[in-house]
Amino acid sequence: MAMLKVDGLTKQFGGFTAVSNVSFDVAEGEILGLIGPNGSGKSTTFNCIAGMYTPTAGSVKFEGGEIGGLKANQVCHKGIARTFQIPRPFRNLSLLENVALSAHFGSNAHLSRAQCWAKAEESLAMVGLPTDATTSTDGLGAASLKKLELARALATGPRLLLADESLNGLDHGEMDQAADMLERIRKEKGITIVWVEHIMGVLMRVVDRVVVLDHGEKIFDGKPADAQTDKRVVEVYLGETEH
Amino acid sequence: MITQKHISWAIGLAVLLVLPLIIKQIFPGTDRYYLHLVIQILIWAFIYTGWSMMGRFGLTSLGHGAFTGIGAYVTVMLWNFAGITPWIGIPVAMLVATIAGVLVGYPCFRMRITGHYFALLTLAFTEFVRLCIVGLRDWTGGSLGTQPARYGDGLSLYAMQFEPNRVLAYYIVLAIWLVGLIIWVKVDRSMDRYALDAASQDEDAAASVGINVTREKLKITALSSAMCAFGGAIYGQYQMYIGPDTIAGLGVSLNIVFAVIAGGIWSLFGPTFGAVFTQVLAETLRVGLRGSETLSKLLGQSALALDTFIYGLLLVLFIIYMPKGVVGTLAERWKRKARP
Repeated sequence: MAMLKVDGLTKQFGGFTAVSNVSFDVAEGEILGLIGPNGSGKSTTFNCIAGMYTPTAGSVKFEGGEIGGLKANQVCHKGIARTFQIPRPFRNLSLLENVALSAHFGSNAHLSRAQCWAKAEESLAMVGLPTDATTSTDGLGAASLKKLELARALATGPRLLLADESLNGLDHGEMDQAADMLERIRKEKGITIVWVEHIMGVLMRVVDRVVVLDHGEKIFDGKPADAQTDKRVVEVYLGETEH
Repeated sequence: MITQKHISWAIGLAVLLVLPLIIKQIFPGTDRYYLHLVIQILIWAFIYTGWSMMGRFGLTSLGHGAFTGIGAYVTVMLWNFAGITPWIGIPVAMLVATIAGVLVGYPCFRMRITGHYFALLTLAFTEFVRLCIVGLRDWTGGSLGTQPARYGDGLSLYAMQFEPNRVLAYYIVLAIWLVGLIIWVKVDRSMDRYALDAASQDEDAAASVGINVTREKLKITALSSAMCAFGGAIYGQYQMYIGPDTIAGLGVSLNIVFAVIAGGIWSLFGPTFGAVFTQVLAETLRVGLRGSETLSKLLGQSALALDTFIYGLLLVLFIIYMPKGVVGTLAERWKRKARP
């Protein structure tokens, strides 16, 4: 059975349809790439799943239960964690506090204070960030901030991770590292991942399947290798092909 | 383990416990006046601490003059017209203030009204409460204010009246002030504090890690409004007079905001320092301006309003040059020195 089932999802802003009748499934243990150029509706789709937007029509089911229209904090409690495209750390808190906070509020386990801090250290270590209590978010570069986003998401104890354009603003080495990280998260934690990107590059190496969106509609759903040869996908990414 | 911090706390507490004696030694004859000043400072320090619970998380409420007003008026009205002891009246007043706070807060937090708009909305609420007080003049005495009915010789446990005995009054408000500090520390160490810090920075990100932002804000609003209502009620019981200008309304709200910003909105002793600062300043200006013939001649009665003018000026200067307040800035310097 599919872990996440998006069915006929539509989101309109006033008269503008950002996402139109999009359906796809995510199987448990899978890494799904959700890609498309700028303005294709992937972020809107993402935000409808994550509880930032209420879908205009259609349904989003997680582990059999409807989650479309729930608030972001409720979605988090269902077992879905997210990262933000542009990292949004809590600048007024230390690195460790940032993550301990999500361990406390994000999980349903009612962890004690000590357990929250332990969980935060574990999550920070997993993504390779310092775990001492005093490090602030001030000196962190783009790559570290992305890692913090991941650590914060992991600390909520999710079964599904929604990663929003994780590689924006990274160099090639960092991109490879980040891709490996997502693979490791699945392997070691057994977390299912939906990875939203607009570049195809590194993503293709890691994902099991890709869903490609364009102008708010799904144009491809299948193996990454097939996507690279699919006529419509190539058109979307490289512009009109000559006939 | 006993640290330097524990020792300074113990010394500070010891000084405060014998303060009435010290004042008696330094100001023989006028000790009642100086003790009165200290009592007022402590009551306001408690109220300011209550406000800073919200203020420190970016919830800049101008509505707390309404909460202190509700605290004072509900308590006194119940006592004067229904004969209900403040032991019951004060909890009722706190409950009313909490409900009012939640009713104003809920739509604001739900619709994400923050910053200037939140300040404006709460300002309107303060004005609403003040107009209610003035409008119900048959009970409240209108803009002239009113007094809680004196019970016997004015010293009574049942009526919670303690004004004639200044030393007793001092120890009562000292205890209240200490409880205020303990509440501050409890909140500061709670996970809710992190949640509110996070929400004040970025509500979406806070919600994404499972924080129910509206609920967290409502919780702190309830606590803050209940504290201010309690402070307002105690103010009424001690002053034995309540008026819409002294304990309710916009003037009180603005005073609270100014004092806390000047003292330090993020520090434990910031609000208390703000209370010392504003009360001493107001008192000095009042006595000084009344005493100065030149100023009285030059400005007439309006010389009395000069303190408000100076407040306003100082507030602007503090926001620009010392946003962490006096206590916050000093603490930072101290830390920097300690960590070479």
